Amino acid sequence: MVQGVEALPREAADGSGSLINDFQLIVATINGTGSQTSNTAIIRSLFKMGIPVNGKNIFPSNIQGLPTWFTIRVSKDGYIARLEDNAILVAMNPNTAVQDAQELAPGGICLYDEVFTTDQRYRSFGFVENRPDITYFPMPIDQIVTSAEVPKELVDRVRNMAYVGILAYLIDIDLEAVEYALHFHFGGKERAIRPNMQVITTAHDWAAEHYASPCPYKVVPMQETSGKFLLDGNSAAALGAAFGGLSLLAWYPITPSTSLADAAKDYLEEFRIDRETGKPTFAIIQAEDELAAIGMVIGAGWAGARAMTATSGPGISLMTEFTGLAYFAEIPAVIWDVQRMGPSTGLPTRVSQGDVMAAHFLGHGDSRHPVLFPSSLKECFEFGWKAFDLAEELQTPVFVLTDLDLGMNLWMTEPFDYPDQPMKRGKILTADDLEALKGDWGRYRDVDGDGVGYRTLPGTEHWSAAYFTRGTGHDENANYSERADHWTRNLDRLARKFNTARRLVPAPLVEHKPGASIGLIAYGTSDAAIAEARDQLSRAGLTTGYLRIRALPFNDAVPDFIGQFDSVYVIENNYDGQMAKLILMEYPRLADRIKSLSKCDGWPLTAHWIANAVEEQEEKK
Amino acid sequence: MTLVDINSLRFLAEPLDRKEYGGKPSTLCKGCGHNSIASQIIAVAYELGINPNQLIKLSGIGCSSKSPAYFLNRSHGFNTLHGRMPSVATGAIIANHHLLAVGVSGDGDTGSIGLGQFKHIIRRNVPMVYIIENNGVYGLTKGQFSATADKGQQLKYAGLNDLPPIDLCLEALAGDATFVARSFAGAPRQVQSLLKAAFSHNGIAVLDIISPCVAFNDHESSTKSYTYGKNHQVPLQDITYIPVEDEIMIDEEGYDSAGEQTVDLHSGARIVLKKLDESAHDPTDRAAAMRLLEEARNVPPTENPRLITGLIYIDSNRPTLVDALHIGHEMPLAHLPESKLRPPKEVLDAFVSKLMV
Repeated sequence: MVQGVEALPREAADGSGSLINDFQLIVATINGTGSQTSNTAIIRSLFKMGIPVNGKNIFPSNIQGLPTWFTIRVSKDGYIARLEDNAILVAMNPNTAVQDAQELAPGGICLYDEVFTTDQRYRSFGFVENRPDITYFPMPIDQIVTSAEVPKELVDRVRNMAYVGILAYLIDIDLEAVEYALHFHFGGKERAIRPNMQVITTAHDWAAEHYASPCPYKVVPMQETSGKFLLDGNSAAALGAAFGGLSLLAWYPITPSTSLADAAKDYLEEFRIDRETGKPTFAIIQAEDELAAIGMVIGAGWAGARAMTATSGPGISLMTEFTGLAYFAEIPAVIWDVQRMGPSTGLPTRVSQGDVMAAHFLGHGDSRHPVLFPSSLKECFEFGWKAFDLAEELQTPVFVLTDLDLGMNLWMTEPFDYPDQPMKRGKILTADDLEALKGDWGRYRDVDGDGVGYRTLPGTEHWSAAYFTRGTGHDENANYSERADHWTRNLDRLARKFNTARRLVPAPLVEHKPGASIGLIAYGTSDAAIAEARDQLSRAGLTTGYLRIRALPFNDAVPDFIGQFDSVYVIENNYDGQMAKLILMEYPRLADRIKSLSKCDGWPLTAHWIANAVEEQEEKK
Repeated sequence: MTLVDINSLRFLAEPLDRKEYGGKPSTLCKGCGHNSIASQIIAVAYELGINPNQLIKLSGIGCSSKSPAYFLNRSHGFNTLHGRMPSVATGAIIANHHLLAVGVSGDGDTGSIGLGQFKHIIRRNVPMVYIIENNGVYGLTKGQFSATADKGQQLKYAGLNDLPPIDLCLEALAGDATFVARSFAGAPRQVQSLLKAAFSHNGIAVLDIISPCVAFNDHESSTKSYTYGKNHQVPLQDITYIPVEDEIMIDEEGYDSAGEQTVDLHSGARIVLKKLDESAHDPTDRAAAMRLLEEARNVPPTENPRLITGLIYIDSNRPTLVDALHIGHEMPLAHLPESKLRPPKEVLDAFVSKLMV
């Protein structure tokens, strides 16, 4: 039964959204039980049906045994931020089932493994059908898997496909779309697809035969995903880097950046083997720690290769000394920071935008680094290659701050744009250049007035090519110096270089709306929630302008935007409101207009929270 | 590109004028062992006809690490971070494997803060010369014990050292180093022979050179003093470096009847080791090398440990990091043009279309 969306304009009982193509479901499983394939199959089949989706994996720092959740939002309006309420629960984890069901939105439906109520061994968990406002669907998972007659050794691996089949029946996921999703997932390997599909169809048929209650939540096909594909931000970033000439990737494993390095390995091996020689045009080193990783990047950058590392907050702190050195020695480096919460075992698998200030100022005082903030997969790809151009043009470390949500979750995207400009390798003097200059050059001279000097690469065949690289304490010709005037001149030049960076880094994007009374400023992953929140605010009578920061340092678009409104809300996913503070530092005269709205609880921001927080502030006026 | 071509880049047919290999005036103390080592590097670079444009000199932090400024002005230099020269050198060599790299470190830089990076650059067999100027003491911070200081040693500032020293040659051997040598700044001829061999080795060449600190640790009881070195040095061999072009006749493994052993170096050069006593050490025997060092340091408290010097171990066959990464081709990564670094648009389009619904 397939009907158009317009034919079914029903609203959910609680008014939180309609029942068709507009809800969020959550699958609760135990870490390490292979549910990832099942959940990916669901999201891919919905996407195949043309319905806008976004999936988020909420996982613990654990290999096996702890609770894990996967949320999938379907939105006919194309909203892809997280919803706070879940309409559908698939409860596969007895440890969390009681609370998971408790948190289900009013009017929701709950699918659960039947053993929770029928098997004595699960009695202690206390799961019972105790909410009259939700509909329960017990799933005889074991019985279904047995009757699917899959080979015994595969049972554990395909078990979770049972809930895929049942869910498909209940909300009308097209089985052909599911088969397509499995085909995609297993790279067309029939031997892997078949047993999974057997379980899915068996479960689907079982549900059709046994469930009497109707499910109010349905999906119907749309045409909203054609020309798009699903990918995670870390993969997009890695692909961008591969197209940006990444020549040395030196890294150390840390969640949530590890999959960026893994993806880079795949793409480099696929796309960056020299066609003539059959040899790699890149190197990858899993370093002994983050200190060594950034050290290798800086050594390679000094010698003229495009090098990068990928890490997260704790890695950034370990890279502090090298970053400070590279800033003053003026060596290109690209550092991807896929942000997470806290140090050590804090909330390593939870999201945050907490490294903004740390990354910007990383070092030992008087250093400020360019920082890019991709908001989408397209920008992950774009900044993936562009960061190398910026690092080499500015001869300095460039940070790219993404986060766990953008980096590790599946997002819809349009095709990436191929780089629209040739590589910019920055100011490098060759042997011929040196000859023309008769050897009269100085590494840290500001010849062009933009604060960026000329460098030579080791191996340049000229008597004047060499210079000595060190951190602090050099004159314009790279000679050792502790003279006060040399150092202050150097700092003045670095300030000019920082101003040059203002016009080179990606400019803020401004979305004006006629009649806007307040401004919103955000950056990074929260873009999706902002878009949705702006629509909600608009419906509530608050029209908003929006400026999305795409990089530090700021350019004039930021104060210009702030100057247009009495109130500008800087919205971000950290406790201290770090970006708001940076704006205040840079534009103190605008301080009375700037209001910080920040939150940090390990979850991506939601439109609901943003709209409420803004409205609350506006009501106080 | 073959190795011969790399050698023709690294070594000039005719060396430059000797003064072209000099450095800035040293700011280290008069009589510091490090100054002597810098002089030997200059001498060796001249004698080997090294092309200074193709050499990079790197260091960590400390007195030793200041010394790259005092030799080879015409080479690119990088004074990096304390204990972290190895990672910078690794990155630079990956970027451009044509470069001949020499790193200068100290016992604090390598034995304490940088022990991890030291072990890992050895493990990766990064092709470079790694010199440790070992004086058992922190000079720039005014006389603290380093991790190679003698157990039971008393220093005015630092008091009593009751911890055993780390033997950096043993650490190198344990880490599968492919070239391990020890020398003494007071024995310039041996330092030169070993440096020549090290510059011709393809892999990590670790030279632990006892280099007395005249300010803080040159008293007679210190094993890192000039006096101790002169009185207790036990050279393993008399080493003669034979450049590529000089044909020699001896070609057998192990010592021949005349008490000479020839070791082929990767550049095509060779060294001839002449044994100095009956129990000659075979530097291609790793277990023997470890035993030799163990026995030298494990002496009764009444005896002085012997300062074994010379070529302790060499393995010319273990693949280097450049081999392992398959980047040893003609064009270093740093020289690759955009056409090799950025795949064409069709590649991106094909990737995207595979992911499309």
